[in-house]
Amino acid sequence: MTTAAQPTGTSEQVALWHRMYRQMLAIRLFENQVNELYTRALMPGLAHLYIGEEAVAVGVCEALQRTDYITSTHRGHGHCLAKGASPDRMFAELLGKEAGYCKGKGGSMHIADPTTGNLGANAIVCGSAGIATGAAFSAKRLGNGQVAVCFFGEGALGQGVLYEVMNLAQLYKLPVIYVCENNLYTEYTHFSETTAGDILARATAFGLEAAAVDGQDVRAVHAEAQRLAERARRGDGPAFLLCHTYRYHGHHVGDINREYYRSKQEEQTWKTQRDPILNLRNWLIEQKLGDAGTLDRVSVEIEAEMKKAVELAIAAPYPSTDQVEQDVYA
Amino acid sequence: MPEASERELTFAQAIREALAEEMRRDKTVCIMGEDVAEAGTPFKVLSGLVEEFGKERVLDTPISEAGFTGLAVGAAMTGLRPVVDIMFGDFITLTMDQMVNQAAKVHYMSGGKWNVPMVMRTTMGATRRSAAQHSQSLHAWLCHVPGLKVVLPSTPYDAKGLLKAAIRDENPVVFFEDKMMYKLKGAVPAEDYTVALGVADVKRVGDDITLVATSSMVQVALGAADWLAGIGISAEVVDPRTMWPLDEKTLLDSVKKTSRAIVLDEGYERYGVTAELASVIATGAFYDLDAPVKRMGAMHVPIPFSPPLEDVTVPTEQTVFEAARKLCGRS
Repeated sequence: MTTAAQPTGTSEQVALWHRMYRQMLAIRLFENQVNELYTRALMPGLAHLYIGEEAVAVGVCEALQRTDYITSTHRGHGHCLAKGASPDRMFAELLGKEAGYCKGKGGSMHIADPTTGNLGANAIVCGSAGIATGAAFSAKRLGNGQVAVCFFGEGALGQGVLYEVMNLAQLYKLPVIYVCENNLYTEYTHFSETTAGDILARATAFGLEAAAVDGQDVRAVHAEAQRLAERARRGDGPAFLLCHTYRYHGHHVGDINREYYRSKQEEQTWKTQRDPILNLRNWLIEQKLGDAGTLDRVSVEIEAEMKKAVELAIAAPYPSTDQVEQDVYA
Repeated sequence: MPEASERELTFAQAIREALAEEMRRDKTVCIMGEDVAEAGTPFKVLSGLVEEFGKERVLDTPISEAGFTGLAVGAAMTGLRPVVDIMFGDFITLTMDQMVNQAAKVHYMSGGKWNVPMVMRTTMGATRRSAAQHSQSLHAWLCHVPGLKVVLPSTPYDAKGLLKAAIRDENPVVFFEDKMMYKLKGAVPAEDYTVALGVADVKRVGDDITLVATSSMVQVALGAADWLAGIGISAEVVDPRTMWPLDEKTLLDSVKKTSRAIVLDEGYERYGVTAELASVIATGAFYDLDAPVKRMGAMHVPIPFSPPLEDVTVPTEQTVFEAARKLCGRS
């Protein structure tokens, strides 16, 4: 497993670490608001919170250009935000409002945004593996230097289409990175009960470059993602990045009583010892690259931004019912 | 030498010409599928294309229908116009998540931000002695899904024009070709033309009964119409050409004129295309009908191998003739 490089502390790197801190915090505080919306019964349907896994989305997306592509999952808010989505339009979409990214037609699991290269979150497990591979196919064919990243949870390892597209990606040497977020639980079942053998071996069997990384260490994720993205951009082909991470909340916001599949103690250990935001914060302070006061102010600022964004979304109008038949066909 | 306008091509040649013309016109058009390059597919529909356009644009894939269809969806979203080849229509089962949950919904779910200009070409049709897993006509499944367009050409002329229109369409289009029709000949202009999706065609004008027929059933209907003419019944044959969008007006105009209708389609009769078209007619021409709308499709059985068994599973000129005669009150 790769660990983060020691800091050299160039101003560029320090700026990156602070940016990643801010981004992770933004995702965390966004998701706290989502949970609040659900609890207050203001949100239709459910949401799958990304809390705990922030370092994966941020570490990977910080290694990408705005024009690079991503595909996301049902647990996709973090990916969308990390790729540059704005919280107010995200909230509006979650509430089914016309101002949302998809005019309220997609909802929490289908945020898509061409302006940030987001091909869409996907509510079919592994549903976007083909799409991401196809985007990489276009990038190669059109020669525009783009890279595509396919985010998916370890539950997607159970879908055959993943292996079909990894085979295709390697045959055609496509610039695609398959990012597997192993948060240990396939919905309500520990992944060890659903996943045989060695995960990385599934990718290396097709000849993909494969690496595993501590998904709670944003610097490590970023370093590895950058290496794989540069490699893909050079034309060296696809890669598979396995990120070991943890989902703090349930499968979705309504999954409250979880003790039948995991202990509170396990959750507590991850939250206190392996939290990606806390650990980066402590490290920045230790390395004298940031002080507690400044880092706390960032948190206060983002909290205020999120509150403002969520209020805007709550006040925004629903789409008129005559829009129901629009957008079926282009 | 025949006049240019009288030039004849087979159905397969018309498909190939449409693809070649569109690939010359638009560099983003590419073909992907199993054995599409040097082999030109087992039906030889694509022969010669790889020689002109190269292996980058005529791409042989592994036997991974879900994988390469999914790849095509993503490629279509990001600047290419893929034409996917699914060798047998029976294999669309393997692509269903990509077509139904992805391709069909991308535009709507994204609020109109992304779109999927791709074509899936596949086959349909029984009586080729290919048994239950290589003979089905499953187009009705895709007609059921909002976001997809479904095309069923019945002549070489229509095949070329409809395929060119499908490739230029901004939506996912599924294009079903009857395997038994690949050698059918017909007039096909050498020049560039398209046939708009959503416009039915009256293949034969008549007054007494309307035979609404799709794909392989158009030739059957035309044959039956000849027999019917022999006993003084004038049959009109209407080909919707695209199942969705559907040209309801042309169907209804015909039935309002003739007051009787049989709907013919090689898909399964139960819960199939014939049910939908019959409903359109029964609702839209209720006061003009002199008889209940008759439906004729494939029998509700897996397609059997044995020739005498297989032959009775689909409508024939004989069975259509008899049904039409009965509907017109002739014994």
